[in-house]
Amino acid sequence: MLLVIEQLLNGLQLGITLFLMSAGLTLVFGIMQIINLAHGSFYMIGAYVGATVAARSGSFLLAVVAGVAAAAVVGAVVEVLVLRHLYKRQHLDQVLATFGLIMFFNELIRVIWGRQPLFMSIPAGLSKSIQIMPGLPYPTYRLAVIGIGLLVAVFLWLMFAKTRIGMQIRAGSSNREMVGALGVNINLLYTLVFGLGALLAGLAGVMAGPILAVEAGMGESILILTFVVIVIGGIGSIRGAVVGALLVGMVDTLGRAFLPAILRTMLSAATADSAAASLSSMAIYILMAAILVWKPRGLFPAHG
Amino acid sequence: MMTRRQLILCCGALILLLLPPAAHLAGSPYVISLASRIVIYALAAASLDLLLGYGAMISLGHAAFVGIGAYTVGILHFHAAAAEPLVTWPFLFAGSTSGLVVLPLAALMAALAALIIGALSLRTTGLHFIMITLAFAQMLYYFFISLEKYGGDDGLSLAARSSLPGLSLGNGSQFYYLCLAALVLFLFFSQKLVNSRFGLVVRGAGNNDRRIKGLGIHSYWYKLVTFVIAGSSAGLAGALLANQTEFVSPGLMHWTLSGELMVMVLLGGLGSLFGPVLGAAVFLLLEETLAMYTEHWMVYMGPFLVITVIFAKRGLFGFLVGEKERND
Repeated sequence: MLLVIEQLLNGLQLGITLFLMSAGLTLVFGIMQIINLAHGSFYMIGAYVGATVAARSGSFLLAVVAGVAAAAVVGAVVEVLVLRHLYKRQHLDQVLATFGLIMFFNELIRVIWGRQPLFMSIPAGLSKSIQIMPGLPYPTYRLAVIGIGLLVAVFLWLMFAKTRIGMQIRAGSSNREMVGALGVNINLLYTLVFGLGALLAGLAGVMAGPILAVEAGMGESILILTFVVIVIGGIGSIRGAVVGALLVGMVDTLGRAFLPAILRTMLSAATADSAAASLSSMAIYILMAAILVWKPRGLFPAHG
Repeated sequence: MMTRRQLILCCGALILLLLPPAAHLAGSPYVISLASRIVIYALAAASLDLLLGYGAMISLGHAAFVGIGAYTVGILHFHAAAAEPLVTWPFLFAGSTSGLVVLPLAALMAALAALIIGALSLRTTGLHFIMITLAFAQMLYYFFISLEKYGGDDGLSLAARSSLPGLSLGNGSQFYYLCLAALVLFLFFSQKLVNSRFGLVVRGAGNNDRRIKGLGIHSYWYKLVTFVIAGSSAGLAGALLANQTEFVSPGLMHWTLSGELMVMVLLGGLGSLFGPVLGAAVFLLLEETLAMYTEHWMVYMGPFLVITVIFAKRGLFGFLVGEKERND
């Protein structure tokens, strides 16, 4: 039972990271109709800059600020230099251009930081465990990640539902020309939205830094998971991103933790282990295929 | 009087035909192996172009079929070498190294996979189609990683290339001409296909699916058949690739290979069939040349792609052929 709770928390934490990634991606797609394969690069940039600042200054807070800022700035620059030219193009052109960006950023990271992965230590204040239930200690850092993710989700919801800029963004997603005619600087608005998406990805990257290895190409594995999330949830929908992220986080984590044991009750140990290994890696893709066959537009399609 | 398009095609064909003797004269057999790789990738990219350029089916999982083709060859060779039957029921099948068996079987297995994946994926459109094809490819990628028997993550080495009667595939030139023949046959067949009534329906569905449906044509089946043809051709390319490198690994199914194939199609020119051939050549040659100067060649390749997309809207082939020669 305790193991189940622990794995549920792990799943929640992966889900939160995926939510930070997918919120940005789904916003950018829902509002600008842009497919951005390079979203994982912002995650990587956040992690690299964060790890470097943490190692130099010793301050985790400074690392978060620097990583998030770097990702947001790079995102805004990419929007202005590249993606702005591709809004009216077909998805295929966007896929190709952003694929080029992935190549560029991965290799640039190798030029600057070398091929060895960086390691980022857990901030001193959060390195212990908390007894969340009798007999169940849980790493404080992971709890903090969960907490920050929830805060960001609430913040995003408030921003979209209650503020003027959120209203403009929502309006811009349904009719770009009309909002432009009302005197809103739509170019600036798009750059800001794209920067915000990159910022969230950067935040996910910095926070994942102490948990995973910081290495070139780390963006791609999470990018694919993120796409799975937004496709399951329904593209362009924040609510879909929340549900999809939690679903994928749980299925992936729980599958890896419990499939071997479940299969062992039916199969021989060796067969069960190898079957469980491949099934748990494939689980989320099977989930996604099943949902799309059942609901071809995802669980919460944004527009109609 | 030849049109510019025909002139370019003739030049291209001449270069491809005369390459091995020229390489022999220049004393650089390495060029032949590079050229074989280019021709094989060209086949895979051209087959993807059937989907992208004609049916507007943006598949980001095409590498799956390349991988299935390659693994069919790899696994049959493995069983032939280990003298351990692959199947004992309902008939005994011991694995094979004969090209007459493994190459068609590779195309067939890829066609089967394409039939299943296509049938499910074509229920969706747009970004969902991109993602579901990607998801299937990733599933296969992880599936083959978990196959410990066939090398898992590390892949599987072939003891030798497949055998074909009258040919010696170990010989670089002969292997090259086999690959070239496969590419030419595919291009010839596809050219006929896209200009047939069948091809008109597929292209129409790519342009405006609703209108085609409005005409009372069930475009789903047309698209599915196209998907299967493209998949099996990619499988054949994979089988040739396994022979060329004498090695197969799950890396062949990774989504970055799907991405690279897509890059070749768009770089060369979407919906032109010959464009992807040019795209494959330019991509691999550029990779090769840049890699000679710097190990960080992708730092240059990435921006090159971005600039090509922004400025050369119809790819290099469209650029060469000129504005007025549009064939679509």
